[in-house]
Amino acid sequence: MAADRGDKFSVLLPTYNERENLPLVVWLLVRTFRQSGISFEIIIIDDGSPDGTQEIAEQLEKIYGSDKIIVREIISILFSSGTAYIHGMKHATGNFIVIMDADLSHHVSLYSIKQKEGNFDIVSGTRYKGNGGVYGWDLKRKLISRGANFITQVLLRPGASDLTGSFRLYRKEVLQKLMEKCVSKGYVFQMEMIVRARQLGYTIGEVPISFVDRVYGESKLGGNEIVSFLKGLLTLFATT
Amino acid sequence: ALAPPGLRLPAPYRQALLPLPVYLLVAFGCYSLATVGYRLATFNDCEEAAAELQEHISAAREDLRRRGLRF
Repeated sequence: MAADRGDKFSVLLPTYNERENLPLVVWLLVRTFRQSGISFEIIIIDDGSPDGTQEIAEQLEKIYGSDKIIVREIISILFSSGTAYIHGMKHATGNFIVIMDADLSHHVSLYSIKQKEGNFDIVSGTRYKGNGGVYGWDLKRKLISRGANFITQVLLRPGASDLTGSFRLYRKEVLQKLMEKCVSKGYVFQMEMIVRARQLGYTIGEVPISFVDRVYGESKLGGNEIVSFLKGLLTLFATT
Repeated sequence: ALAPPGLRLPAPYRQALLPLPVYLLVAFGCYSLATVGYRLATFNDCEEAAAELQEHISAAREDLRRRGLRF
């Protein structure tokens, strides 16, 4: 069903050292939700950031109200998106869960997500289709991205054009089911979610997103990342 | 060396089949290069989104400052 009055969106924001970006992300989310009249809550899961992210999050909670902003801290040695999501979902009261990065790299109008939500179990942002795209990427980075995506498509045939983007909308039950089944870490975990979702027969819709390069802070892409991506991809290929 | 025991294909068939794996590999390689090249060339650059984001950031900072956020 398309989003209607009874729906509530819980946004899960895992953070690590996002003191600069967090207020801006929250402000944008609040504004977008209010404009579309959607009921929402934002759950910030901080991994013990040393830069004061949690303090900023608590200020935001005071400004917007603790029914709208929920702050949790987890301190774990192996912080991964998976841990953050499991933790965040425990506090989520919405029936739809939005997962996104707190680094402002996904500049997207959530309104278009709502529209695209024509009875999809999952809506995924894609940089590769429609008017989706990137900003501030040099040729080398684009090549790596397209190359990696090509290999992924060939090996996994996932039914979605962009697997490593981390802007997604899930029905709550669907996310819970998938979290039980997925075992990977990091962003291979994101890929595994989509592959498993397809196996379980869930419907996946796509929305073009603009991926603007990190406003503050450094991008996390390096040689190590590429190796672990390939390892993860081959693991998925072998096990799904 | 590749023929299963007991199966003798006439020479012309064998000549045609032998290079097949290499041929398919090369064909796939060309397809991959062409596809990735095309996708690389058509990779959108979102100028307006970036500009819009900058505007939003300024508006956000101002609004939050007014509401008492201490950056």
